Amino acid sequence: MSNHFEADVPASGHEDEHGHVAVDVTTLDAELIEGPSLATPDVAEYALWLGDDSLILAQQLGAWISRAPELEEDVALGNVALDLIGHARSLLHYAGTATNRTEDDLAYWRTEPDFRSLHIVEQPNGDFAHTIARQFIVSHYLFELYSRLRASADETIAAIAAKAVKEVDYHRDHSTQWVLRLAQGTDESRHRMITALSDLWPYVEEIFRDDPLIDRLEGIAVRPSSLLPAFDAAIAPVLAEAELEVPRGFVASGGGRTGKHSEHLAFLLAEMQVLTRAHPGASW
Amino acid sequence: MVTTAAHEAISRPRPADAASLAAWIIAAQVVDPEIPVLTIEDLGVLRSVRVTSDAVAVTLTPTYSGCPAMDAMRDDVLAVLASAGYENVSVRLVLSPAWTTDWMSEIGKAKLREYGIAAPTGHATVRSSGPAGPIRLKMAVKCPRCSSLNTRELAHFGSTSCKSLYECRDCLEPFDYFKVL
Repeated sequence: MSNHFEADVPASGHEDEHGHVAVDVTTLDAELIEGPSLATPDVAEYALWLGDDSLILAQQLGAWISRAPELEEDVALGNVALDLIGHARSLLHYAGTATNRTEDDLAYWRTEPDFRSLHIVEQPNGDFAHTIARQFIVSHYLFELYSRLRASADETIAAIAAKAVKEVDYHRDHSTQWVLRLAQGTDESRHRMITALSDLWPYVEEIFRDDPLIDRLEGIAVRPSSLLPAFDAAIAPVLAEAELEVPRGFVASGGGRTGKHSEHLAFLLAEMQVLTRAHPGASW
Repeated sequence: MVTTAAHEAISRPRPADAASLAAWIIAAQVVDPEIPVLTIEDLGVLRSVRVTSDAVAVTLTPTYSGCPAMDAMRDDVLAVLASAGYENVSVRLVLSPAWTTDWMSEIGKAKLREYGIAAPTGHATVRSSGPAGPIRLKMAVKCPRCSSLNTRELAHFGSTSCKSLYECRDCLEPFDYFKVL
């Protein structure tokens, strides 16, 4: 994620604690918006929530490269991941303005309890149907979210959302088409789609939970619970055509927004962060 | 209905003062590294150039949020202005207003077709939220080789973020389509 754009944020390097590695001044990150906009602590926390969701999901999708069922899907999932990385960079950059941290600081130098991502994005890729079920749920949610965040009173959040919504629109089409294809394909593909949807559904409730931070961001953030009717309305015709039912059953505990995560996230972060931590300040 | 002149003013906001315009024209030579027939001006990625007494400030907007070509375009803008003798050049990325394929110039679209990539057809519409519906009606995409409209989408996501992969059912060649955003 490192790059060399100018930024109005002072450098913050990371010393190797053993002192063996010389650390250059960390290259500064893109000033992605006009003017030196600094996020307030609450807005920064909100940007962190959304940025972490995109970052973790992008990291997950990257694992499909060279593993997808067909070459076109390798490319598709890679492209979706790239869009999400773009959103994560914008959001984490903005979150970092509140605490003088770069997007790389936030992506590579935080540990599990400091991540604010939802549990659904850390659920394992599973088989292709699980990845599609996760994409179907998350991209429909993100489309509804960013559609509304375009009107956020925070100009930076609104600008990021206006850019992201157009890209996420393609993501939801992609996952929708695969849900239909898998559900209406062979007995095997239908069985896998049903299993995947019921495995992922317990994590849907957390997406639409109103954490206390939302109360303090009236007009800036979107109340997650307010997105639920639109989300339900958007997925209902797809599930109906696919002859799938909304799974019923237990609801997962959640807690991602306060840093409580399942065991999956630690493994994911270990892989994502290992290179930066082994070679602090390295660039290529 | 937006007039052509008004549309051009939005897509290619050339600076009014002569000094800035001179620098704009130089910066506008930079091409997209993935599609080297298109300049950043053709794309509508070049948003502003401002020359002051001691510095040049350029703003670019990314086509897609995660487009890796942005880094190369930024470096090329810095290089081309430096070689023209400008000092203290800075490049800033802006996200708003969000880039759209509507900003691509007609010349750019013609150059794309010549290069073998189908140009975006129709205009971007940001769909309102609500039911997406599983099927989206699309205009036929013309094959850049044989001009047939008998084409089909092989994959919605192509070799770069901005393209999808098509196949011509008449000349049987695959081709890239610069998709509407």
